[in-house]
Amino acid sequence: MKTRIHPVLIVLTVLTFLFLLGPLVVIIGSALSDTTYLTFPPQGLTLHWFTNIFEISAFTRTMGTSFMLAVAGTTLSMLIGIPAAYAMARYRIELPAFLGNVFVLPILIPEIVLGFSLMKSLASGFGLPISLALLVGHALIVLPYTVRVVGASLNSFDFSIEEAAVSLGCPRIKAFFTVVLPNIRAGIIAGFILAFITSLNDVSISIFLTGPGVSTLPIQLLAHMEQFFDPTIASVSVLLMGVTVAVMAVVERTLGLTFLTK
Amino acid sequence: MSNRLRAWLLATPAILLVFIFLGLPVLATFATTFGDPKGPFSTYAAFFNSRFRMTVLWRTMEVALVTTIISVAIGFCTAWVVARMPGRIKSLLIIAAVFPLLTGVVVRSFAWLVILGKNGILNNFLIKIGAIAEPLSMLYTQGSVIVAMVYLFVPLMILTLVGVLEGIPQDMTDAAASLGATPAATFRQVVLPMAVPGLIVGAVLVFTGSFTSYATPQLLGGERQMMMGTFLYQRAMVTFDWVGASTIAAVMVVVTLTTVLIMSKVARKLNPMAG
Repeated sequence: MKTRIHPVLIVLTVLTFLFLLGPLVVIIGSALSDTTYLTFPPQGLTLHWFTNIFEISAFTRTMGTSFMLAVAGTTLSMLIGIPAAYAMARYRIELPAFLGNVFVLPILIPEIVLGFSLMKSLASGFGLPISLALLVGHALIVLPYTVRVVGASLNSFDFSIEEAAVSLGCPRIKAFFTVVLPNIRAGIIAGFILAFITSLNDVSISIFLTGPGVSTLPIQLLAHMEQFFDPTIASVSVLLMGVTVAVMAVVERTLGLTFLTK
Repeated sequence: MSNRLRAWLLATPAILLVFIFLGLPVLATFATTFGDPKGPFSTYAAFFNSRFRMTVLWRTMEVALVTTIISVAIGFCTAWVVARMPGRIKSLLIIAAVFPLLTGVVVRSFAWLVILGKNGILNNFLIKIGAIAEPLSMLYTQGSVIVAMVYLFVPLMILTLVGVLEGIPQDMTDAAASLGATPAATFRQVVLPMAVPGLIVGAVLVFTGSFTSYATPQLLGGERQMMMGTFLYQRAMVTFDWVGASTIAAVMVVVTLTTVLIMSKVARKLNPMAG
């Protein structure tokens, strides 16, 4: 027996998805418009605004910074998070249960409070270079993703395989790299990519830890929007949507996008 | 080496990262609020006695609450339909919800700037069809902030609920119906109780997320619709009143953590199985 879905609900669902995707279509359209102001539907088509991105050094510079920051912050967070996730999955009884909550603290504490506190303590209090504080901040906010996504992979890993390798004389470290790691590859890739996009899009931490010398793309976009209102911002947004598509493709191929509904 | 020691050694770097770079700085921010020469609680007295600061706090609560209610309503109905779609359509719809979710908050807020602006798409459209003569000022209002926030959080709500609603077997609702329950009764007595844990998780995420947001109120609310996040930034980086900023930060943490704690208690009460 198949229950029918009320037609009103179907209409509502269609409207919801129009609401969700419409604004993004508007951005794509206005990025292609042959006008000096933002308009939709586009009037005339041009790719001028895309090439214009690379004329504005503030954008090219911050794009580089954002990309490197996301890679470095995520890598750092992975190097620290994977051992923790492994310890929690492998030695469940040895570690207190509340430890899992410690690693989600970066999500629980409002990001803007964390950004402010890092600025106040690290950059201002201890005179840490702002770029270093920025890196630490990003590693911190993506830690919950790395620990949890990798953790989810580890929870479905059968540790007796690793035990078998160790009992046959394989050193523990080698067993981890040759037995465990290949089996949780999907989790690591998905965790990395989700952490990467979180870092790439971050505003609340970065807003406090950027300055005249160091800035990230989202912060530069915010600043640009307050002064100019030309289609260049729309074209940068389209590029960022391209990154989103790439990220989704990777998650789909590794864990499957339905992973995100769990 | 014992397993216990090995476990702690492996977890230590992550514990240290959180403790040194989150625990200590946030505690230092709290400490700042008690260090006022006029007495330990004077900053809080100043906060709660200030008409302006209280307006910002209430506005933020209101925006977060309205955003949560709308997002829950839209998210629930949509997730219900998505969960009941055949495989291929379901995956497509999930992709359509994930895409905006993974697109940055700046980009998504910017879209509403383009739509709601004075020379924006909505105004131009309304003028073209003759509905209005003069462009409406829709930006920098509470409404514009709420619309953009709902836009931000509906995908999150859908994705949280699809998983939960999928877990409600079709047999359950069929059984209720065959025993004579009306669709409304089935919904109230079967579906809703099972969906409550997911609803609460989603609602908490939306409420705390919108309560502490920065980019959206900055772009769509501006100075006129200042919220806690933008207020904190303004105090810290524009007027350099770090004690005031720390007080705002502390209030934000207390509101967020209280919400999380109360709601997880409520969830446990409504559904003892949820643990």
